[in-house]
Amino acid sequence: MNATAPSTATILASVPADGALAGVRWALARDLKLAVRSRAELGVQLLFYVIVVTLFPLATTPERNLLSTMGPGVLWVAALLASLLSLPRLFATDHADGTLEQIALSPYALEALVSGKIAAHWLTTGLPVVLLAPMLGLQYYMDGESLTVLAAGLLIGTPILSLLGAIGAALTLGLKGGGGLLALLILPLYVPVLIFGAGAVDAVRAGLGATANLSLLGAGLALAVVGAPFAAAAAVRIALD
Amino acid sequence: MLEAQNLAARRGFAELFKDVGFRVKSGDALVVTGPNGTGKTTMLRMLAGLSAPTAGEIRWNGRRVEPFSAELRAVVAYAGHLPALKDELTAEENLVSLVELSGTSAPRADIDRALDAVALSHRRSLPSRVLSAGQRRRIGLARLLVSRRPLWILDEPVTALDAAGAALLARLVHDHLDRGGIVVAATHQSLGLQPSRVQSLVLGETVPA
Repeated sequence: MNATAPSTATILASVPADGALAGVRWALARDLKLAVRSRAELGVQLLFYVIVVTLFPLATTPERNLLSTMGPGVLWVAALLASLLSLPRLFATDHADGTLEQIALSPYALEALVSGKIAAHWLTTGLPVVLLAPMLGLQYYMDGESLTVLAAGLLIGTPILSLLGAIGAALTLGLKGGGGLLALLILPLYVPVLIFGAGAVDAVRAGLGATANLSLLGAGLALAVVGAPFAAAAAVRIALD
Repeated sequence: MLEAQNLAARRGFAELFKDVGFRVKSGDALVVTGPNGTGKTTMLRMLAGLSAPTAGEIRWNGRRVEPFSAELRAVVAYAGHLPALKDELTAEENLVSLVELSGTSAPRADIDRALDAVALSHRRSLPSRVLSAGQRRRIGLARLLVSRRPLWILDEPVTALDAAGAALLARLVHDHLDRGGIVVAATHQSLGLQPSRVQSLVLGETVPA
């Protein structure tokens, strides 16, 4: 027929996957492209973060000491909630339109593709939270050093939120009311991140230095980077079966 | 060569089918038919490696393959009920994205030819959300064309296609078989293939619905 037919030689040669990195790159590039095309949704999540953080000084008191004490905690809790808000869509849209089947059948390792999706999730939801936090922290009379440590903690901690959240998002795929269940499943796992992240700022204010807290967060991140993609990939396979 | 032995599937307590076996040689097609709810889609998902059989085994070129195994993922092209298209991307971007996901390099010329072949060249820059159901199906056909996989698994491929689309599908399947590929399709419409190349599998005969 026409020239579209691949030659006999090529068709039966199975396609080798050229490394895990190519899989990560594919998923990262595609999800970033989709995020740019539907940027209104990202704006909603960021605005949610800004509003939640801003509500606390309005609802409590403009008193300087109180605000600077509770500031780090509020900013961290808001970061958890903002992360949770965007997580249900991490796999659900791909699941609904059939892309997840194609992803699971790709010659690239599913773990690599999932890692790319998680990286894109962090870049589009976690990183903006990190960048906004110092500005929002000013509402809480936080000083320069506290703001630096807050941002550093969020920089190490928010990727953990995306990584752990991906496991929950994959486990709740296809369930009715999965969003609420996701929160119940994942928020308890976020607790250590919250404690060490907010604790880092408290430690600085108490003159102890943030090294211990930030190191523990870093260790948590290392663990999550190694383990979470495998767990999330296994959960995706279960959801498709 | 694709073989299946004693395949069985169960959904909850209901047995969909059991003791299903077949052998499809290179260059042949297997057409799966049967009333609704007899497990055609389940069978195809098993063959694609998306779902584990309740019993039995599937072999590709004589080697047993497990769900999601690398051997199977390297050879299978699965076109299910869901089109795997992103509304935010254009027809062309969707095609390129799916082809890249299948690990094939997607030279511009191949993409252009495939879009031409499925008569979507003039719609290539439109977002997929404005395409009709039939046009979305055609992107799936273009993907089969570019991805160059030996084993095609097609679930109701004729759905939403017009007469010209169905003829195009028949031609693609025919050429694929000519090149030594294998096609497994669940369909009630004829694909217009030579009877000598087609095996038929009717589900739902042993277990009345």
